[in-house]
Amino acid sequence: MSRYFLSKLGQSVLLLFGVLLLVFAMVRVTGDPATLMMSREASPEDMEEFRERMGFNDPLLVQFGRFMSGAVVGDFGDSLHFKTPAMPMVLERLPATLQLAITALFFAVVIGVPLGLVSGFNPGSFIDNIARGLALLGQSVPNFWLALIMILYFAVQLRWFPSFGRDEWKSVIMPAFVLGLPVMGQIVRMTRSSVLEIRGEDFIRTARSKGLERRTIYTRHVFRNVAIPLVSVIGVQFGYMLGGSIYIEAIFAWPGMGQLLEQSIGWRDFPLVQALAVFTAVVVLALNLVTDMAYALIDPRIRYGK
Amino acid sequence: MENKPMITRSAAGASADSLLDVEQTYRDRAAYYGRFLWRDKSGIIGLLMFLTVVFAAIFAPWIAPYDPLEQNLRESKVPPVWQAEGSWDHILGTDNLGRDIFSRLVYGARVSLTVAFFGVLIAASLGLIIGSISGYMGGRVDSVIMNIINLILSLPYLLFVVFIAAILGRSLINVILIFGITDSPIFARVTRGEVLRMRQSGYVESAISAGARWPRIIFDHITPNLIGPLITLATFEMSAMIFYEAGLGFLGLSVPPSVPSWGNMLAAGRKYLQCCPWIAGAPGLAIMFTSMGMNLLGDWLRDVLDPRLRRSRK
Repeated sequence: MSRYFLSKLGQSVLLLFGVLLLVFAMVRVTGDPATLMMSREASPEDMEEFRERMGFNDPLLVQFGRFMSGAVVGDFGDSLHFKTPAMPMVLERLPATLQLAITALFFAVVIGVPLGLVSGFNPGSFIDNIARGLALLGQSVPNFWLALIMILYFAVQLRWFPSFGRDEWKSVIMPAFVLGLPVMGQIVRMTRSSVLEIRGEDFIRTARSKGLERRTIYTRHVFRNVAIPLVSVIGVQFGYMLGGSIYIEAIFAWPGMGQLLEQSIGWRDFPLVQALAVFTAVVVLALNLVTDMAYALIDPRIRYGK
Repeated sequence: MENKPMITRSAAGASADSLLDVEQTYRDRAAYYGRFLWRDKSGIIGLLMFLTVVFAAIFAPWIAPYDPLEQNLRESKVPPVWQAEGSWDHILGTDNLGRDIFSRLVYGARVSLTVAFFGVLIAASLGLIIGSISGYMGGRVDSVIMNIINLILSLPYLLFVVFIAAILGRSLINVILIFGITDSPIFARVTRGEVLRMRQSGYVESAISAGARWPRIIFDHITPNLIGPLITLATFEMSAMIFYEAGLGFLGLSVPPSVPSWGNMLAAGRKYLQCCPWIAGAPGLAIMFTSMGMNLLGDWLRDVLDPRLRRSRK
């Protein structure tokens, strides 16, 4: 168990190094990071002064060393727009993003899992058709577009919900719904197909032929096996939500990390973008570790290794 | 192509001869898939939806009534035909610069499909190479490659796509390259899984021991088993790329603003949401239509191309 965990931890640290390398290299891949970060109207003198101040004139290796030694203590330099350290600004935005992602995930799981179970146990039924339709819709509707439509209808016309911001409890409902919808679709599909698959397995037939009740078979044999892929899907989707709520946060002016990312790209504030990218990667990697642990707890085959 | 009856797969009917011989001709196979398609009506609908978009993209100059870039400020913000002030001149209305939305939608299909097709082509080629190396070599190489791939797949994909797109700048080639490269790990993982499964399963071995030479093994045994999952995956990934392209366009990071892409249209329409919702409404519906068609098609392809699933769908 601890060996399994240690090897996962080691892999995550290695990947984090890869992410840092990528984030460092990408800003420099166009040749001159100064032209990337400065406005087009900047004079050559300003550019040169900027390069000197940011240390872009130093050898790459020196720059990388400085970048890495800053990164390990969470220092990604000052935001160009706010002129204050970038990382604290990112951390400030974390609670809003977490609130949104957790609400969205909760919604997706609470609706998606039961729907997927029912439709998997009764393929071809009325509920199954509804569930499949909903899943298809959830996966086909561009959620940034749905967000616009919902604002137009529920906020502007009906005035049920505020159209932007994070001032009252009702604010979270629309963005969380839109963010959770595609995930709900995926959870329904996944749950349904794993139920279908597991129903045909030999051990279910054995359980049935030895006279177990249907309910016992479902709870003890089917559901436990469905839970395994479900946990990994939920973990992965949570990670996607943290990094992928850019549109939703931008549209609803939700003051989280996604909105900050959208803004900082507009400002060409790349120190801030770098800090955001690295921090999100760290959160997601930590989340993956948790998912792996949950995985091992549910599935004894993983716990005891091969 | 002798006039043989359809091969039945019952054990009693299969002589030793026909076991080794893949007797299903291409015509048989097409007929078989055709019947499958007919039985699964959602697959047909998906195929028709997808073909509509492909048709619009190919014949855009003949379908579109206007030049998608032609501005006409006197006729700006004309609502679609079913609204009171709409007219048949502009079926879906015009945008803030007086450009015909229907024409832009039709041309936008070109951008979306180009990105999706070439993006998937690059991703699938890269993934095929990496995945087959990993699956074929096995052992240490395999475990290193797969660990890297699984970790890459666990990263917040969209965030890095946005990050890279913001740095590289807006161009069609950049968008295609970004999607092509960042999407390749998924293809690698699927390819590797299939290659591994084939290596372990008995039929390749038994084909070798029956005296089949390598071209036959590759083309008759390995390729057909690899093509199915990859085509299915490609359909879903194309649908996803159409999404991501629109999303990038929405943030102003996809193709240049002058190009009529669905994402750019959405981004432009967002500002006029309250007065003229049709400007953003039309491209959103187009994305939804395309994506739904491809998802239905992908589901059907998965059912048909994966023999293991055929049994469970009756």
